[in-house]
Amino acid sequence: MRLTHLACAIALGLTSHTALAATAYVSNEKDDSISVIDLDSLEVTATLEVGMRPRGLLLSSDNKLLYICASDSDRVQVMDLATRTIIKELPSGADPEQFALHPNDRWLYISNEDDALVTVVDTQSDEVLAQIDVGVEPEGMAVSPDGKWAVNTSETTNMLHWIDTSTQQLVDNTLVDQRPRHVEFDKTGKRLWASAEIGGTVSVIDVASRQIEKVLNFQIKGVHPDKVQPVGVKLSDDGKYAFVALGPANHVAVVDAKTYEVLDYLLVGRRVWHMALTPDQKRLLTTNGVSGDVSVIDVDSLKVTKSIKVGRYPWGVVVTP
Amino acid sequence: MNAYWYCLQGIVQREWLRFVLQRSRFFSALVRPLLWLLVFAAGFRAALGIAIIAPYDTYITYETYIVPGLACMILLFNGMQGSLSMVYDREMGSMRVLLTSPLPRAFLLASKLLAIALISLLQVYAFLAIAWFYGVQPPVWGLLAALPALLLVALLLSALGLLLSNGIRQLENFAGVMNFVIFPLFFLSSALYPLWKMREASEWLYWLCALNPFTHAVELVRFALYLRFSPLALAVCLGLTLLFAALAVLTFNPQHAALRKGS
Repeated sequence: MRLTHLACAIALGLTSHTALAATAYVSNEKDDSISVIDLDSLEVTATLEVGMRPRGLLLSSDNKLLYICASDSDRVQVMDLATRTIIKELPSGADPEQFALHPNDRWLYISNEDDALVTVVDTQSDEVLAQIDVGVEPEGMAVSPDGKWAVNTSETTNMLHWIDTSTQQLVDNTLVDQRPRHVEFDKTGKRLWASAEIGGTVSVIDVASRQIEKVLNFQIKGVHPDKVQPVGVKLSDDGKYAFVALGPANHVAVVDAKTYEVLDYLLVGRRVWHMALTPDQKRLLTTNGVSGDVSVIDVDSLKVTKSIKVGRYPWGVVVTP
Repeated sequence: MNAYWYCLQGIVQREWLRFVLQRSRFFSALVRPLLWLLVFAAGFRAALGIAIIAPYDTYITYETYIVPGLACMILLFNGMQGSLSMVYDREMGSMRVLLTSPLPRAFLLASKLLAIALISLLQVYAFLAIAWFYGVQPPVWGLLAALPALLLVALLLSALGLLLSNGIRQLENFAGVMNFVIFPLFFLSSALYPLWKMREASEWLYWLCALNPFTHAVELVRFALYLRFSPLALAVCLGLTLLFAALAVLTFNPQHAALRKGS
């Protein structure tokens, strides 16, 4: 009897162990590859060849498919994570950089950097549903949790473009600081965070009024203000923290998402751009382009625990459970 | 056996008294590394991070980098100061009182080394505590793991100090020790800069640093502080401690100064 208990305990222990082993996928912009990191051992376990200049990455809602912006191949590739093979390529328009998936798991909103367009593709029928004119050099892309809004940032026009997803029409613009790179909705969908790379700020926007509610500034002791270039923004699910990747300042700012106070700056690798939280929200991964590595931050202690070498110029990162 | 214990106790106690009575010595031993940490490192501040090298797992600030080197600097100065006190003791004759003990000379000297080392460790941990509050926080267990490493390094440097003191004829020669021993040992080591950086500047300097025992002392402490183990550093430190201690005992000659004075 006792033995069976023990066996059960061991079996349970084993399954919970495998359940904990999250996997990170990192796009290496200059290597045309994806590095696979096992988050238990914190080692790169595989490097997968993909299309040219992979940048933005995202996962289907069931975490089974990985969408890859292969910018120089002018394609969005779809990888089946079970077999780790590309199962299809979607017509994305030219130079796709970032994208966002609608909660219906079908509509993919893709920013086409060179063409000042947002392309909407149906991931099931592979058809282009719409192409929407936006500002010059579109980059950041997000869809609100309720699926109502798709927001795109244009790096040169310095605007957030609000697209009504029911009509696929651009209905409003919000002017932000110079060179907006990334947008991120909070879990409630009430606020939108937008980074401005040259402006050196992050704007928090009230979604209902589409007006700026708060502008955050960053200052790191010993780092020239010109180097403080916010790009990636990640919000913790519990609404406690916002993490802002500060590019060539080599730091991630930790912001109290309620009071908007900057709590700390964490030193990571060189030119940090994008980030991903593990599904248990305990760790944050950052891609450090110039140093070619991924830093791992422990969210509870807000300490950088390790930096893992990946390919050349890591850009995007996603984590599956 | 009891006699040995009694003797060791006596020597440690004497060193402790000296330490307590000369409180300024304690503070000056702390001020030196703190100046480096709070002033020099601030001016040198690499806020953008130092490239990853073992034993670190990620990017670190310059402050974090130099803390193990500064801890060893305390041991270096104390070891040398110990040698100074040895010259002083010899000149003032208190060493001769000690040597009237029937116990073997090697034991007496080893006790003296241990006493100096123990007192130095107190200063190192006081420094590490301040560095902790300044934001240089190695793993907590690392502070414990560093204890044997620090003790070995303290013994190594006081053995070296003792050996040198045998060669010093007068107290005034300590300035020479400063210029010809402490500074080269400290600056030609990995205490203040990673050796790859030295290599970029000059291959010669790099090899001088790589062969410097103090580099291995610093690396032994640095690795232990971050819960890693460096077999090379341990071998070098252990081997040299035994060698210096043996040489120090062999060349020890308390008559030297007194005889010269008498003549």
